[in-house]
Amino acid sequence: MLDANDLNVFPVDAWIQDGVAWIALNLRPLFLAIKWPVEYVLNLNIFLLQEIPFLAIVAVAVLLAWRLASLGVACFSAVALVAIATLGVWSEAMTTLSLITTAIVICAAIGIPIGIGCARSDRMWGVVRPILDIMQTTPTFVYLVPVVMLFGVGTVPGEVAVVTAAAPPLIRFTNLGIRMVETEMVEAGLAFGATKRQLLWEVQLPLAVPTILGGLNQTVLTAMVMSVVVAMIGAEGLGLVVLQGLGRLDVGRAAVGGIAIVLLAMMLDRITQKLAQPGGPGGRPLLRSLRALVRSGRPADDKATARPPASNPAISSPDQ
Amino acid sequence: MTERLRVENLYKVFSKSPDPALRMLAAGAKKSEVLAKTGMVVGLNDVSLSVPSGAIYMVMGLSGSGKSTLARCINRLNEPSAGRILLDGRDIVAAGEAELRDIRRKRISMVFQHFALLPNRTVAENTEFGLKLQGVSPQARRRRAEEVLSIVGLARWGNHYPHELSGGMRQRVGLARALATDADVLIMDEAFSALDPLIRTEMQDELLRLQRTLKKTILFITHDFQEALKLGTRIAIMADGELVREGTPQSIVLEPGSDYVAAFTREVDRSRLFDARWAMTPVQPVPLAAGLCLAETADGGGLVLDDGGHVVGALDADTLRGLRDTAGLGTGGLGTLRKEFVTVRECDSLLDAARAHRAGRPMAVVDEDGRLTGTLAADRILAGIASAPPHPAGGLHA
Ligand SMILES: Nc1ncnc2c1ncn2[C@@H]1O[C@H](COP(=O)(O)OP(=O)(O)O)[C@@H](O)[C@H]1O
Ligand SMILES: [Mg+2]
Repeated sequence: MLDANDLNVFPVDAWIQDGVAWIALNLRPLFLAIKWPVEYVLNLNIFLLQEIPFLAIVAVAVLLAWRLASLGVACFSAVALVAIATLGVWSEAMTTLSLITTAIVICAAIGIPIGIGCARSDRMWGVVRPILDIMQTTPTFVYLVPVVMLFGVGTVPGEVAVVTAAAPPLIRFTNLGIRMVETEMVEAGLAFGATKRQLLWEVQLPLAVPTILGGLNQTVLTAMVMSVVVAMIGAEGLGLVVLQGLGRLDVGRAAVGGIAIVLLAMMLDRITQKLAQPGGPGGRPLLRSLRALVRSGRPADDKATARPPASNPAISSPDQ
Repeated sequence: MTERLRVENLYKVFSKSPDPALRMLAAGAKKSEVLAKTGMVVGLNDVSLSVPSGAIYMVMGLSGSGKSTLARCINRLNEPSAGRILLDGRDIVAAGEAELRDIRRKRISMVFQHFALLPNRTVAENTEFGLKLQGVSPQARRRRAEEVLSIVGLARWGNHYPHELSGGMRQRVGLARALATDADVLIMDEAFSALDPLIRTEMQDELLRLQRTLKKTILFITHDFQEALKLGTRIAIMADGELVREGTPQSIVLEPGSDYVAAFTREVDRSRLFDARWAMTPVQPVPLAAGLCLAETADGGGLVLDDGGHVVGALDADTLRGLRDTAGLGTGGLGTLRKEFVTVRECDSLLDAARAHRAGRPMAVVDEDGRLTGTLAADRILAGIASAPPHPAGGLHA
């Protein structure tokens, strides 16, 4: 009888081990180059969020939620943050938040340009798309394997995993958002003599903003999930609280970590979801929201002039 | 009128390598044959036309006949496969990237069927879009935007967003955007086709009103023959990528030249299309007494003119015969001048003439200065509306 174990003739594990060892040794500068900016931004974020007083953070979060989303979301954010503090995991929550904000910064800095490139070049999209497919079908857990092998363990390698997992949605949505811009809009730009760059900045990107913000929401949620999972490779934060609780069979501690994670996730989702909703109070472009935020303390009064729902490109029939 | 835009032997085949199709077309093949043989769609097949400066040049045809392709070749949103497009003698097809951009910015602007306004920009921002692309300073372009917005009747709408406007108003913004750059050639591709009939009529009148002062050269695409007749100084009719008939609205209605064109002209309301000048009987006034002249009318009567050619009165047939029989012309008896006659201008439509007509009164047709140029009898009005040939061989006197 043939046994499954008899087929195990190739020492694949050994090969991979050797391959990774070779890569880790010879491509070390590359991985250091990847790790350095991640580490830099992460440390900055951790420093800021740990040093800024509790009340100041609550105030900023409430203000952001109010201006970007709504008063309801602002109230919820205040309650959630206070609840996290009363659970006694404030510091851990701020570390998790640092992992997420760092991922947002790095994903935006890398993902949006890649998405733009993909939208403008079918060939580039042809290369990037299968990679994104693989990345997004890979269970988050499996991400950890190559990360540990190439970057080691700890909070910074954890952040690398978070960024890698969180970037694909933003790339996808940026690409989609730009490609979805109605051809008549693009042609209006061309007909009035726009250069390629003007077309991008004056027509395509502004019209793609709601879709890109939808991608940002996905990125935030993926980063949230991943920032918990990376506790398994030694990253600090709320994930580690849960992991340690489970390890010590301390159900109470694990539950506290879990509750804090859920509160944080809901808060972030509400804030970024409202951003992406066309027509809602947060329907105005991010930049304008931020500008309005800086200019005055009043709630934005441009509800009446909010953008109309992004029209469905499928409806825009080709001209007869 | 000088020529502004000239299209010479323009071909468009939707394909990356159109040469086989072009060779077939040059040998006289039709669009359907090329499609069957090579699978390539022919957009334009050897189109040549000349657009005079200041004209509203209508391109008319059924859906898929290549109208938009022609319009979009002019500013090269579609790249022509062969042929030349001369703007004031310069070939647009041969223009490089920078020159093309300059032409699009300064010379040719476009109005879109579905408006193509940017939803995230205000009306004023949309209007100044072309100027922004040119790098005009914010103050200067806003001033210009306000100027053109008031020209199209949207002076106080600058700070609103397109979705707050009705369709007609949105297309006014589209028009304002096209006017803001001061381009002298306007391409309007089915610009009013998406509007309700009432609004469409309003916009057509508005365009005619604006054109009186702006004197742009307008290439206007439409599938609506009535619209073509109403707006056009000239009309080009397309079928299967070819130009099948070209001419003034009146000449096309009178001589369609093919069944395809005749199908459009059949429903035409000729009473609005043709004017009094076209249907009138020209007069040859003969001198009468004391600086007065007499112009005979078809019914045997006559109109009496002063030395300036203005009508001062009318004589019915009996009176005129009486004058001839007794004293002859020129010896008085003019005290019997009947005052009742009606006047229409040369440019009045036959419909207006029919409305002005009164039984038993002669109808005088006068030019812009009020001088008599012809007379118009009821049967001529009816014949004109029914589109009989413009002038009978003779028979002015019964
Ligand atoms: N981008 C394109 N690719 C292939 N065929 C096209 C394209 N655009 C137009 N056509 C074809 O060219 C012909 C003329 O189209 P078009 O100029 O849009 O017609 P119209 O504006 O008169 O309705 C049609 O047969 C249409 O299917
Ligand atoms: Mg068309």
